Amino acid sequence: MLIKEKSPILSSEITDKTIFINRRKIIKAAAGISITSMLPAPASALVKKYAQVPVGPYSGDFKSTAFEDVASYTNYYEFSTNKKDSTVLAKNLKTSPWNITVEGEAEKTGIFNLEDILKANPLEERVYRFRCVEAWSMVVPWLGFPLAAMLKQFKPTAKAKFVEFTTLYDPEVMIGQKSKALGWPYVEGLRIDEAMHPLAFMATGMYDEELPKQNGAPLRLVVPWKYGFKSIKAIVKIRFSETMPGTAWNKMAPSEYGFYANVNPEVAHPRWSQSRERILGASIFTPKRKTEIFNGYGDQVASLYKRMDLSKQF
Amino acid sequence: MRLSKKSWALIKIIIFLLSLSPFFLLVSATIQDQLGANPIQTLHFSLGDWALRFVCIGLALTPLKKLLKQSWPVRFRRMLGLFAFFYASLHFLVYIVLDLSLSWEAFVDEVPKSPYILVGLFTFLLLTPLALTSTKAMQKRLGKRWIQLHKLVYLAAISAVIHYLWLVKSDLGEPLLYATVLFILLSSRLFLHLKTKDYFEQALTELRK
Repeated sequence: MLIKEKSPILSSEITDKTIFINRRKIIKAAAGISITSMLPAPASALVKKYAQVPVGPYSGDFKSTAFEDVASYTNYYEFSTNKKDSTVLAKNLKTSPWNITVEGEAEKTGIFNLEDILKANPLEERVYRFRCVEAWSMVVPWLGFPLAAMLKQFKPTAKAKFVEFTTLYDPEVMIGQKSKALGWPYVEGLRIDEAMHPLAFMATGMYDEELPKQNGAPLRLVVPWKYGFKSIKAIVKIRFSETMPGTAWNKMAPSEYGFYANVNPEVAHPRWSQSRERILGASIFTPKRKTEIFNGYGDQVASLYKRMDLSKQF
Repeated sequence: MRLSKKSWALIKIIIFLLSLSPFFLLVSATIQDQLGANPIQTLHFSLGDWALRFVCIGLALTPLKKLLKQSWPVRFRRMLGLFAFFYASLHFLVYIVLDLSLSWEAFVDEVPKSPYILVGLFTFLLLTPLALTSTKAMQKRLGKRWIQLHKLVYLAAISAVIHYLWLVKSDLGEPLLYATVLFILLSSRLFLHLKTKDYFEQALTELRK
């Protein structure tokens, strides 16, 4: 794993300031200055497993949402349609060992162990905005690697126009899969140019720690300019295809959830407005934030959709 | 049930406090910051749930009266109906004051794009005259028309369930549960109504008692 120095500008933005200051204190204490007993700081600040992971390009200069909020407010219908229940139920998922099947229009297909994929892809940190189709948003410091880097290792052929991702199907553990809330397994997809865009990210961790199970461990997609449901969790299969894959929410209600699902305040969901978003963790008197086109990533990604009518291909 | 006036008053107080307890629990959770990552939504949804529950409870009293052949259930009808309106009002206020931050711009932008909100507002509009005419004096003054007016609660209950159904993404479980309860309550009324032909006359004589 490559260990570069962390950018000094961003690190204070990522960690809560008090923990950030206390961490320095703890390190001093560990170095022999005997003030340990005077420190109320959480010990976890010291042992954060991936605190040294470098900040990658495209990481934003935003204040992160509190970890507890991100880890306790999850849409994970495989476990439950209730955001709190899914947080608890997901703990039953066994994430190691974990294999990923690669299929379709690529030279290197087969079954890959996640550990081998991780060895080939050094970790970096990306602080991204995350906007759910339910009109709430958060900022998450993800750990992982660019999706493009991983996909290129499978050598997709010229016929690979789309990439399809599939979540684990295991109704004994993922008990929400016994209900018909969605068609199982969950499938998501990207056009190949979207998938190869440097913003598209594979996450294995967040907040300098391994990804909590409710947040999609051990491997999830993060596409910050699209609604959250595109960012599929617990991926077990990647398929390169020539045709557009049928995706879970799109199949469930095609008039409400498009294949592209780009964040767009101008295109309302048929049943609610998308022009504003509730910021998670904010006080009850904080007004909603105005949603930005492509979730604020328009400068980077708008060119992908130049010739498209975004109100029709939503 | 033959109970003294004092006992009925005590029972009323207990039911009043019980009905108010969800409100106090929500206030306390708000103050202690225990509403989770999306506190406004938690408040808003809980208040909406309670409004709908009280509408259902209120609608259960008359069938219960007829089923038990006892008149005591209707003693609580006004109070429980007003609790439905109380929670519906708070549900509405949380939306206007906290969710929209009293912004007219946000209101005109969001509401027309959200059919479920329109239905919610419609429901609230239906409940308001019922609450305003809930006093004994109004009941007497309006006479037969009072009963006709208060039949709006059936429509309000149905539109409240539609409001809920229209909001959810794919898991219709809970709104369908309310729809089922409501269906049973309304069809039991229809059944009992058909059984006793001169329903209106009966209700009126009851009022004059």
